[in-house]
Amino acid sequence: MNIPIRRLISQGQSLNVPLKRFIAEDLKFFLLGSRSKRGVIPMTLLYLLLFAIGFVYLYPLLFMFVTSMKSPTDLLNPMVQWVPTEFYTGNYAKSFLVLNYMEALASSVSVSLVPSVIQAAVCSLIGYGLARYNFWGKKLMFALILATFIIPAQTTVIPQMLTYKQLGLLGNVLSIILPAVVGQGYQSAIFILIFYQTFQSMPKVLEEAARLDGASDLKIFLQIAIPSALPSFLISIIFSTVWYWNETYLTGIFLEGGVQTLPMQLSKFTQAYENLYPPGTVNIFDRLNEAVKLSGTFLIILPLLLLYFLLQRWFVESIDRTGITGE
Amino acid sequence: MIGTKSIRKHGLKLRTREALYGYGFVGIWIIGFLVFTLAPMVETFRYSLNRVTVTATDISQIFVQWQNYSRALFTDPTFVELLIGFAIETLVSVPIVLIFSLIIALLLNLNFRFKGVFRTIFFLPVVITSGPVIQELTTQGATSAPGIANSAAVVEFLTTLPRYLRNPLEYLLTSFILILWFSGVQILIYLSSLQKVDQSVYEAAAIDGASAWESFWKITLPSLSTTTLIVAIYTIITLSHFSENKVIKYIYLQTYAVDGGIGYASALSFLYFAVLTLLLIIVFLLLRSRK
Repeated sequence: MNIPIRRLISQGQSLNVPLKRFIAEDLKFFLLGSRSKRGVIPMTLLYLLLFAIGFVYLYPLLFMFVTSMKSPTDLLNPMVQWVPTEFYTGNYAKSFLVLNYMEALASSVSVSLVPSVIQAAVCSLIGYGLARYNFWGKKLMFALILATFIIPAQTTVIPQMLTYKQLGLLGNVLSIILPAVVGQGYQSAIFILIFYQTFQSMPKVLEEAARLDGASDLKIFLQIAIPSALPSFLISIIFSTVWYWNETYLTGIFLEGGVQTLPMQLSKFTQAYENLYPPGTVNIFDRLNEAVKLSGTFLIILPLLLLYFLLQRWFVESIDRTGITGE
Repeated sequence: MIGTKSIRKHGLKLRTREALYGYGFVGIWIIGFLVFTLAPMVETFRYSLNRVTVTATDISQIFVQWQNYSRALFTDPTFVELLIGFAIETLVSVPIVLIFSLIIALLLNLNFRFKGVFRTIFFLPVVITSGPVIQELTTQGATSAPGIANSAAVVEFLTTLPRYLRNPLEYLLTSFILILWFSGVQILIYLSSLQKVDQSVYEAAAIDGASAWESFWKITLPSLSTTTLIVAIYTIITLSHFSENKVIKYIYLQTYAVDGGIGYASALSFLYFAVLTLLLIIVFLLLRSRK
């Protein structure tokens, strides 16, 4: 910048022209930026875009939360859109009762956390076997693992259900846990692949050193492989818990008539509500309305939201850490 | 001396030994696959060829050949329609999810302040998308593109369109947010692939005078082709396994229906599986990298 200015001055031109040009250049740089630094206009556009997309993502949650805080009078009042006139928690009190919240929460935790921990343990074994050993049929096994990911549950669920029925396991948490024990849990293919990737990127030197010291294969797995794969364990357990928690097809079939999870309670919310508050007998303000329903929905996702904000680092960095992109 | 003894003791060849240990580790999966996947699948297929009635003590089966299948395809008025609807919805959703998750991943790959906040927001849906929650939000109208789907002008415009155009468009408008909500994991997959692209390639391109726009089309996009295929397949699978999926709901209803029953539902499941496989093959053929 300096040299042309000085040259222009030395050529005896008035100072005004280069200064103006200098300011114009500077302004352009400030607004549009250069290759190395973004200017104000691209930055504003970027944030506008981010905010717009962010709003679209958050809109259902905002809508749900605001509506769930509305009292019956606010609901009927067309002037009240986004800000309720009073702090009203009556909807939550009702849906807390209707959902049988504490009990359903406890069973949701057991139906999701227990299979997840087992699934992570078993999938780590399988992933380790695939990553560290060569054996006949390994390619076939990979193909079958991918197939288990694709096969719709509908093609396997009925005989399982009938078997469980004969064994008297229908409605028991065991019906969800048993498949996880033998590596056939919900989305197990993904977790096997995560562990496969993790163990494959583990340096072989450690393993060989331990083998020279006389460690057995199992010992190497337990004392060297597992400690080095702790992030993968944590990520698997977190994701698996979330997916088990939100899974309603299999739980709906296997647990019917027995343990009731939170999403299951939500799907029969209307019926349960009308049992507690029979529509003919209660006054108009206690009838089921969308505010009560959405407060119930919010209560269902609340535990997962809390989990997410507590552990969000692990969620969003998960794929970086485990390197699962399929190559 | 010691050497010969230990060789005889571990008389197996090293490769056999390795294979045995390998089976030791993966054996549990093989058992599980046979018991919990293959056997039930074969059993379901057998059901699909029979009329099955379940009594308190027993399951009775009457062999009916392919009757369940022909009924599903030629007599049942709803199933084929639902299947076609599912295929159309999937084929509409997949490109949107692909484009959207790529755009968000590209944005998140830039450097700016509050990146963590936005990353948290974009990934939030993964945590909360369960069937009943989505169902509740959809019935309350919280998942349509805000304000667009219900405006009179749009409704008017839609009625003028032929049906094969109207259905996908209507689906797009009413489930816009829903489709975006299914892009959480996909954003992560794209993001990590973007971070693996060699930065020196971009620098070399920049020195040669390539603009950011050019390097996106010439460097970024080609290096993401495998990722795109993975993301597309993942999207199809999640959509097809989602418990609010109409086909799945219909199969579930038929399982317990009086005139349907287990045999018919089993046939429906296999037809659904076939359509799903077909969709996967189509997407695979469209997206595989041509070299």
